[in-house]
Formats: sequence, C-alpha cells, structure tokens
Amino acid sequence: MKFASTIALALGALLYAAAPAVAQGNSDCLACHGDAGMQDASGHSVSVDGHKFDASIHGPLQCNNCHTAIKEYPHPEQKTPVKCETCHADEAAGLVGSVHADGKDHPCTSCHGDAHSIVPKSDPKSAVYPLNVPRTCGQCHGTEGMAKKHGLASVYPLYIDSIHGFALSKEGLLVAANCQTCHGSHHILSHTDPKSATYKVNVPETCGKCHAGINADYQQGVHGKAVAAGKLGAPVCSDCHNAHAILQPTEAEFRTQSTPICGSCHKEKFSTYRDTFHSQLGSLGGYVETARCWDCHGAHEILPASDPRSPINKANLVKTCGRCHTGANESFVQYQPHANAHNRKLNPALYYIGLFMNLLLVSVLTFFVIHTLLWLIRQRIEQVKRKSTEGGNNA
Amino acid sequence: MPDPEQTVLAGGTNGAGKGAVQERFFTRFTAAQRYMHGVLFSSFLGLAATGLPMRFSQSFWARKFASAVGGFGAIIFFHKLCALVLTVAFLIHLKNIFTRGIVNREKGIFWGPNSMVANWKDVKDLIGHMRWFVGLGKRPTFGRYAYWEKFDYWAVFWGMLIIGFSGYAMWFAPFFARFLPGWALNAVLVVHSEEGLLAILFIFSIHFVNTHLRPDTFPMDMVIFTGVESEAEFKHKRPEEFDKLVKEGKLESRLGLAPATWWINFARVIGFTAILIGLTLLVLTLSAYFS
Repeated sequence: MKFASTIALALGALLYAAAPAVAQGNSDCLACHGDAGMQDASGHSVSVDGHKFDASIHGPLQCNNCHTAIKEYPHPEQKTPVKCETCHADEAAGLVGSVHADGKDHPCTSCHGDAHSIVPKSDPKSAVYPLNVPRTCGQCHGTEGMAKKHGLASVYPLYIDSIHGFALSKEGLLVAANCQTCHGSHHILSHTDPKSATYKVNVPETCGKCHAGINADYQQGVHGKAVAAGKLGAPVCSDCHNAHAILQPTEAEFRTQSTPICGSCHKEKFSTYRDTFHSQLGSLGGYVETARCWDCHGAHEILPASDPRSPINKANLVKTCGRCHTGANESFVQYQPHANAHNRKLNPALYYIGLFMNLLLVSVLTFFVIHTLLWLIRQRIEQVKRKSTEGGNNA
Repeated sequence: MPDPEQTVLAGGTNGAGKGAVQERFFTRFTAAQRYMHGVLFSSFLGLAATGLPMRFSQSFWARKFASAVGGFGAIIFFHKLCALVLTVAFLIHLKNIFTRGIVNREKGIFWGPNSMVANWKDVKDLIGHMRWFVGLGKRPTFGRYAYWEKFDYWAVFWGMLIIGFSGYAMWFAPFFARFLPGWALNAVLVVHSEEGLLAILFIFSIHFVNTHLRPDTFPMDMVIFTGVESEAEFKHKRPEEFDKLVKEGKLESRLGLAPATWWINFARVIGFTAILIGLTLLVLTLSAYFS
C-alpha cells in the first residue's frame, strides 16, 4: 500500500507539474472550495461543505456532473448557472409557463435551497418537506415587497393562522394542506388561467382531493350545479371559506363572519335576516349559537325549499327548527325567518302591526315634544316674571 | 341653572331661604311607592341598556358594549334578569291595587281625584294647560295626579303588558306557538322593539323633562326619593289637592318629616346617575336611529 500511494503521489506530482491539470475527483475541487471563506470576484461565497455535500442526495455526484463547463484547473470564473434540467427534466418542463418561469433568481434553488446540501423532500430538513413548504414559499409570499411588486396579497400570514396552517404548524400534520397541495409545485399557474388548480371552476376539485365528501355534497347543491353549468357568479369553496385565511367553520369567528359572506350575493335575504332576532343576537358576539344561513339551509348540499330533501322544505321544518328550538311544532315553524315588515303584499299582518307601532311612536313623541317644549318656554317666562316681582320664589 | 331658592324648595333642608326655617313637609309618596319607583327605574335602565344593543345590533357602540360586558350571552342574561325583576314589581303592584281597590274596597282607587284613572278634568286640564302655554288662559290647578303623570303611569302600565308579553313570547317561543299563530312570532319582535323604543324615547326625553328637568323642578324632583315635599311646593304644584285637604281638615294627617341631608345627597347621586345613563342611551339611540 505504501508503495502504491507513493506511486500515486509521484504520478500526481508529475501530472501537476507537466500541464494544466484535469480535475477528476470532488476532493480536488474541495481542495480550494472546501475553504469556508472562499469567494468569487464579486464577493459571493463559492465554498462547499464537503461533509454536507456527501450527506446530500447529490452526494454520489461529481462536481462537474452539474458544473459541466469546468473541465480543468485552474478554471475561469463560471458565469452560467447550473442546468438542473439535465437530470430533472420533468420538473424543469413543468416550470416552463408557470408563474415562476421568469424569476430572476435560480428557479430551483430559490425553493429547494443550496444544491450542495439538498436532501430528499421526505427529509424533515428539506425546504420542501410538507411541514416546511409554507415557510419556504413565505420567504417571498409573506412580504409586502412581493405583494406590491406583483399585486399579490401577502398570503403567508393568512395561511399560517388558518385551520390548515394550524394543523401544519401546531399539530405537525403531514396531510394538512400546504401551499403546493392546492397550487402544485412546479407548474404553478395563475388563478386566472383556466388550467390552474386554483381557477374558480377547478377549486371544488382541488379542495375535493382531500375533502371528497364535502365536494360530493357541494356538487349536489345549487351552488355546485350552477358552477358546473358555467354560472361563475355562484360560489366555490374559497368564496365562502377564503383561500388562505380559512377558519374552523364551527367556531365563533367564522360563524360571526359567515352571514355577510352569503349576504354579499343574497342581499335581499340578508337584509330581511338582519331584521330578525336571529341576526340581532348573532351580531353581538359571544353568542354564536343563533341560526346563521347555513344552519337552516345547509352549507354544501344547499337545495331549494321545493326539494323534499332540503332542510327548509315544509315537511322538514319542524326537525330543522327543532335542532335549536326544542319543542318546535307546526305552528312554531310558521315563523318567517326572512319576514319583511316593509312588504305589505308578502307580510300583511307584520306590515300593519309595524305601521301601527310606528304611527304610535311618532304621534306620541311628536305630541309630547311640542307639548313639553311649549311648557318649558312658558314656565321659564313665568319664572323670570315672578322673580322680578316677588324676589325669585317659584311658589 | 337652578337658583338657590329653588334648591331650598326641592330639597328644603338647609334653611338658607327666607322663611324656610319653619318649612313644613307633606308626604306625597309612601316608602313602598318610592321603592317601587327605584326598582322600576333600575330595571328599566337595565332593560334599556341591554335591549338597545340588540335593537341596534349593527351600530358600532352595540358591538363594543356587547363585547365589553361579555357578548350577547351576558346581554340577554341581564335583559332577562331585569325583565324578571320588573315582572315581579308589576305583579306586586297589581296585587296592591287588587287588595286596596277590590278586597278592602278602599275608595278613590279606580275613580276620583286621587285615582290614576283619567277623567274629564284631565282632558280639560290638558287643553287648559296648552292654552296657558301659548298665553290663552290661566294655568289650570292640578290635583294629586296631573294628566301627564297619569299618562306616564298608563304608558308604563300598558308598556309593561305589551313589552312583557311579547318578550316572554320570544323567550318561550315554542311554548307560545302552541296557541299563537306562526306569524305572531314575527310580530312579537316588531311589537317588542318598537314599543320598547317608544318607552325608552319617552322616558328619557319626555318624562325626564316633564318631571325633573323643567324649570319648576330643575334639576330633579326629589319627592320620588324623599317622599315629602315642602308646603310651598305642594301648594304651587297641586293647589287643588292642597285646598281639598285644608277644606277637609286632613292636611295635618299628611305632615311628614323633613328629609335628612344625607338621604337627599344619596338620592341625588342615584337620580343623577339614572338621568345620565338615560340621556346617554337617548343620544346613542337617536344616533343609531338616524344613521
């Protein structure tokens, strides 16, 4: 062995001395690039940690497998970026045409991190490990600069406080939706592109990848059918639940903000709902049990009242109202949760009662305001008069 | 600004005015009646303060107030609590009327100059009073209860029946639905909130001014707290009742004790607090109503 190594050394020395050397092993490169402080002419670090590289998924590769332009030593400063598509052709093809295609930064390393220490995505240390994805995307999509530059909302804070974000960051659920679950990873398209997973029509299918049962219900309901029929005014999942700031729907925060969401389309129904006790209670917070739209109408499989399966079908009302109002009977469910006291034709009894009450209020107050104002004036006059004649005693 | 003489008349204890040292005081309200008024206005303030945020649930102050006191759950709890207190007070009052008027056959409960029931004189007083306002005649001489006081009483009486019934109908809706038609459940909210609004606007503007804030009594008529009023005040405000008592020789039987200073001061704090809360609620109501 001693002999062999001596030969090798001698050969190496010979080659080194003879001509520009051919760098063959990573150790040759690391002889220089292993120096942690090594920088190129413009001050960027060009050092590589050999141990980390060996441990990375790229460890078995030779430096010049990727840095193909470098064939000898000494070598000129490398200007062209490494082409990952040499090996990762599918991913690179996906990137073409995506929103990230014309990024100034390296399209691969800006998400995957330094190629010299890259680990498989199943490794918790990977930048694209499911639990790390939001933080990785958030490097750009969590900043105001990005938001301004591209007109995109700073979505990371919204996501991380959402039910998905909590499941991921607090519970560490690998199945919790992270950015790429909905948006994809390489071929990310704008939500305005009909081929995008986040294009309005495609949203139910995208969410349905996990929420299959809900999606099935939704497709049966009026909203799902309308969207399927190309009526894009109807809501998809994200219109009611939001795209990123998704809340747990049974909790107070979502319950209190849910009615205006429905009301943004169903304006008349919303306004009549607001006149009722249900809304008055519900608006004040701290009490979330009062009926919201979907407590009576259903949330996903919303059916018209004429449908016998609908919870607001006449035959089902006692049961539907009875969920909150124990003891509800046929007479009780005659209550109109959207009664309009201003509509004489639809609700004559209510209209006339309201009218009577208003007339009573206005006439009593008008009479007494005039009565009392006149009284005030007269009494003050008398008081001043008396004061001047009797020395200010009001008796 | 109240002049000092008036304060003497209203309070009547510090004896600073001319001839006030020997002032006699006459009883107008019994302790039970004064406590009834106390329970009435405290529960009414509570009902108004918790009812208004529900009526105007979309206004900024309703939500702020609600979240400050613990949300809707707390609001409805206090609303129901005050409603129960007021209901009990109302039932006690009915029982008193029943005992005095029907069981004991006390005279003058349902008719006569001391009754709360309106009579022809009240109509004449109303017209005469209004003629006096515009300078067309002399000020009428009022008896024990003037027409506006009777109106206050009956407004509250019917108001409690109507608001109380509609309130309980909402509280126990499934029970009431056994004998009320479905649309009535819609109607009770309209009735409850409109009648409640009327009561609030009326009490916090008309009653406050008629009874407390007008020049004769400004800033507060203390008789509902002390139960007594000075002879001068009695004569000036209710000459008819006074003359009648003198004529029947019963004036002495109504003699009362001058109220203690501490009690007057205490009552003032309570009374002004009530008026202040009322006026605040009035401003909030009007701001919500017209926005």
